[in-house]
Amino acid sequence: MIAGLTSGEWAVIGLSVKVGAVAVIGAMPLAFALAWILSRKRFPGKVLLDALVHLPLVVPPVVTGWLLLLTFGANGPVGRWLAEWFGISLVFRWTGAALAAAVMALPLMVRAIRLSFDSVDRRLEGAARTLGAGRWRTFAQITLPLALPGVAAGAVLGLARSIGEFGATITFVSNIPGETRTIPLAIYTALQSPDGGASVTRLAIASVLLSLAALLVSEWLVRKGAGR
Amino acid sequence: MIDIDIEVRRAERRIALSLAAEGGLTALFGPSGAGKTSLLDAVAGLVTPERGHIAIGDAVLFDSASGINLPPEQRGCGYVFQESRLFPHLTVAGNLMFGTNRADQGYRWLEPAEAIEFLGISHLLDRRPATLSGGEAQRVAIGRALLSNPRILLLDEPLSFLDASRRNEVMQVIERIRDELALPILYVTHDRVEVERLADRVVDIA
Repeated sequence: MIAGLTSGEWAVIGLSVKVGAVAVIGAMPLAFALAWILSRKRFPGKVLLDALVHLPLVVPPVVTGWLLLLTFGANGPVGRWLAEWFGISLVFRWTGAALAAAVMALPLMVRAIRLSFDSVDRRLEGAARTLGAGRWRTFAQITLPLALPGVAAGAVLGLARSIGEFGATITFVSNIPGETRTIPLAIYTALQSPDGGASVTRLAIASVLLSLAALLVSEWLVRKGAGR
Repeated sequence: MIDIDIEVRRAERRIALSLAAEGGLTALFGPSGAGKTSLLDAVAGLVTPERGHIAIGDAVLFDSASGINLPPEQRGCGYVFQESRLFPHLTVAGNLMFGTNRADQGYRWLEPAEAIEFLGISHLLDRRPATLSGGEAQRVAIGRALLSNPRILLLDEPLSFLDASRRNEVMQVIERIRDELALPILYVTHDRVEVERLADRVVDIA
């Protein structure tokens, strides 16, 4: 079945993986920092920050896409600034699709990473301090390695979510072949055309396999973390 | 020379410790829940006392009057916790060596090879903590603390999770540290037998 994919469909899958990978790599530093703050810090407004991070999970994706358009579009405050200073435009570009995917993947990534920070035994950090390790060495050699499987699981989940992104993407960067037409958008397009049935089947199977692989990898990473 | 006079707040209670000793093994003796562990945590810098001072040798670790409060990594307290707290992602060797590069090399009691020999753990070096028995884990934890060049050793009920034969084994190790290395030890316990066998002096914690 996979062997039957046309070159156009392979290109769609390739684009989806590229968009997903860039989205996850771009979102990771922010997701990591937010997860750390939400797991370890206490401050006024924490509940609000937590809610804001989770917003893309509950707001209709179309609304998220529209807000991205308002912000990063040609007339949006950030969009205009990017165009003026860097000559960058995200609208109708695959980079815009990556931004939409990153925003949608962020809550899932923050959740997974935060859980892994929560599960690190703080007493081990105390033990490391008594052995002469400062805060940074304790973080680098104790906290981070113990949390790493969860961080990796968060990245895999984020990748799966990014590859599946539809609503925010089509609203923000439209459905342009070769540029922003990722797997879900290609399936949507094929569904509209009278002879697209076979293509829908092939792409659907490909996306199920991709998602299943991502879930299995993520589960394996979490188990690996819990098993020691 | 150990000079400790502190008051630690724990929940709604205040626990006090006042102690001046030359060295040897000092037992902090009292029933479970008396807050003995909080006192060791305060000496190690994991908990900040309400007031008082802690000095070991010529180093002042804490003094509320002059605002001195060294972080745990600068205190030089080799802490052996009740539940070992070995790092699960490191091998036994990795655990033992974790504290060896502490900047202050003035308290090098043993070379790693000597400590491994002394504790009888040479056959465990490549193992992960999860695969160790309670007695093995506790000897590794003692080794890890010894190799961090400590000014003082803090032992928190190190025998409590061990069966009788393992207890004897670890007690012999502690006696050797006390007698052969002459490393000052604070030893928390609620067991009269351990106190009678190991302690040079006893401080009752009510």
